[in-house]
Amino acid sequence: MLAVRDLRAKVAGKEILKGIDLEVRSGEVHAVMGPNGSGKSTLSHVLMGRPGYEITSGQVTLDGQDILGMPTWRRAQAGLFLGMQYPIEVPGVSLEAVLRESFTAGGRDPADVDDLVGSEVGRVGFDARLLKRALNVDFSGGEKKRSETLQLAVLRPFFAMLDEVDSGLDVDALRDVARRVAQAAAQEGLGVIAITHYTRLLSELRPDRVHVLSGGRIVASGGSDLADELEAHGYGAWGKDEPARPPEVALAAPTFP
Amino acid sequence: MKLPTSSLEEWRYSRIDSLDLDRFEPVGSSSRSGGHDETIPGALVEAARRCSAGGTLVETVDGRLSIVESAPGSGAKVTVLSQAAEEPALVWAAGGLDAFGTANEAFSVDPILIEVTDRDRPVKVTVVHHCLTDGLVSFPRVLVRAAPNVDVTVTEVLSGDSACLVVPVSDLDVAANARMVYLGVQALGGRAWQIASQSSRVAAGGTLTSGVVALGGDYARVLTSSSLTGAGASSRLAAMYFASGSQMHDFRTVQDHNARKTFSELLYKGVVANTATSVYSGLIRVEKGAKGTRAFQTNRNLVLHEGARAESVPNLEIEENDVSCSHASAIGPVSEDERFYLHSRGVPPQVADRLISIGFLTEVLEQLPLGDLSPHVVEALSAKLAAAEATQAERSDRPQSGEAGQEELM
Repeated sequence: MLAVRDLRAKVAGKEILKGIDLEVRSGEVHAVMGPNGSGKSTLSHVLMGRPGYEITSGQVTLDGQDILGMPTWRRAQAGLFLGMQYPIEVPGVSLEAVLRESFTAGGRDPADVDDLVGSEVGRVGFDARLLKRALNVDFSGGEKKRSETLQLAVLRPFFAMLDEVDSGLDVDALRDVARRVAQAAAQEGLGVIAITHYTRLLSELRPDRVHVLSGGRIVASGGSDLADELEAHGYGAWGKDEPARPPEVALAAPTFP
Repeated sequence: MKLPTSSLEEWRYSRIDSLDLDRFEPVGSSSRSGGHDETIPGALVEAARRCSAGGTLVETVDGRLSIVESAPGSGAKVTVLSQAAEEPALVWAAGGLDAFGTANEAFSVDPILIEVTDRDRPVKVTVVHHCLTDGLVSFPRVLVRAAPNVDVTVTEVLSGDSACLVVPVSDLDVAANARMVYLGVQALGGRAWQIASQSSRVAAGGTLTSGVVALGGDYARVLTSSSLTGAGASSRLAAMYFASGSQMHDFRTVQDHNARKTFSELLYKGVVANTATSVYSGLIRVEKGAKGTRAFQTNRNLVLHEGARAESVPNLEIEENDVSCSHASAIGPVSEDERFYLHSRGVPPQVADRLISIGFLTEVLEQLPLGDLSPHVVEALSAKLAAAEATQAERSDRPQSGEAGQEELM
């Protein structure tokens, strides 16, 4: 179980997380939804140990083991994964090299990476030619998220935080990514925290629990009906008048001066 | 010999002030026998020798010729100029040789002239200098003359684990429409001093692809002067360096254009670790009459640890219109974002830094004409990076290089 208790954190002296409580069991899918600026991304980064955040109180345990005292790489080896909203470009470093080094550091056989990757590229719809290319460099939005999902599938964490995994994705990529994550939850017991602004991810990735994060606190929790309510009424009930579905994009003909 | 000082612009940031010539004796005044090559450079030397299969192999030991092997029809003629033979003039552009280049001319024991005239097949030449004896100063001197229309690849390796001073001169003349690929690999041990001069001249329609790999040395300097003297001549100059411990790698380059429609492109990329230093100072010079010149110069440095330092000084000197020139220079630490991304995948910090460093160098590794030496260079680089990380880990108060780097684009 991933348990977050009274987690408070500051960025540049300003408190962003104001006491988060959350429990996710193996195989459960939790959606954390909220308007812009509510602290969603901060939560995922603090859990993964990204530099630049000051934790002022609280506790996070993974299967009873405190993780806040661990450096990021040890949290990853303990079974935590962060699928990033904006996966970082790493010039000259290939996905394969990263997976092999991660396996080596975790006492797994790096020779297994090839087979695992081979069996996953089709499932997540990842272009195998990108495996040897520099990580995320010149990847499209969809390729980046498929790459994150591929890494999730190969590394086999126990708990995954997916930060706005649905942003920058077309419908096909969204479906592939959501299905693979849902399979990992159902078949491999992966616990999932899916952080999202919009409800469209949740039609593929059926959440067991939905939490609304606003102003650095979880202000409501419920079943998937809570997501339906957000879909219909937006975040207005929690003080932010934002819709929970993407704005309609007008497809006007481009004009040239 | 009067030594220069670091108050001169060409020696700014260098360690020239700490060179004590009394520590060294010239070749011939000593009968001491030397040490042996380290394992990885040893493998590199073996690979370089294999590269010469079907071509020409020249080796020197402490500046003295030890081997000349030429396969039948190798296409290259090797002459040893020891017996006061007439030596062709060097190709040095305006500015000329410094004190060390001049000393090389005076003291080189076995200057080697390699003439390539066979235009019917690609010609391969490998030169290996072994610097084996502590306290010895040697002056390897190699002149390569490529006749019109030939295609020649020259690989020159400096190897040996001694506390020596080596002052090599490599002088490359590329005639009209000839193609030359030159690779210089400096794989000396950590106690050697190297002060090298490389000059090249490319005539009309000729091309030079020149690469430098710098790994070893206590202080290792390469002065490169590339002159494009005929219309349409081009040069591509690349260097990869990795300095760790307390090493200093020091590069000075001149891209000299003095003919119409000439093209030069330079990419020097390096990593400094522990308390090592690198210096890059480069000049693009476009002389009167060199209309239509295109010249580019890029130097990028990754500072792996807080105690390491890189200097980068780009310069332009343009005396003609209708030219396209640019230079870019950057010095910065490892990106915290890149680090975090790799850490978040379970890669430990030292391994992540090694991956990022090699990744940073990948661009230049791909441009260097490494040929079959490629895996050996990457292996030597990886081993050196791992050693640098181990050294850093031993320093208990390991500083986190969290400050933002300076990136300047000029």
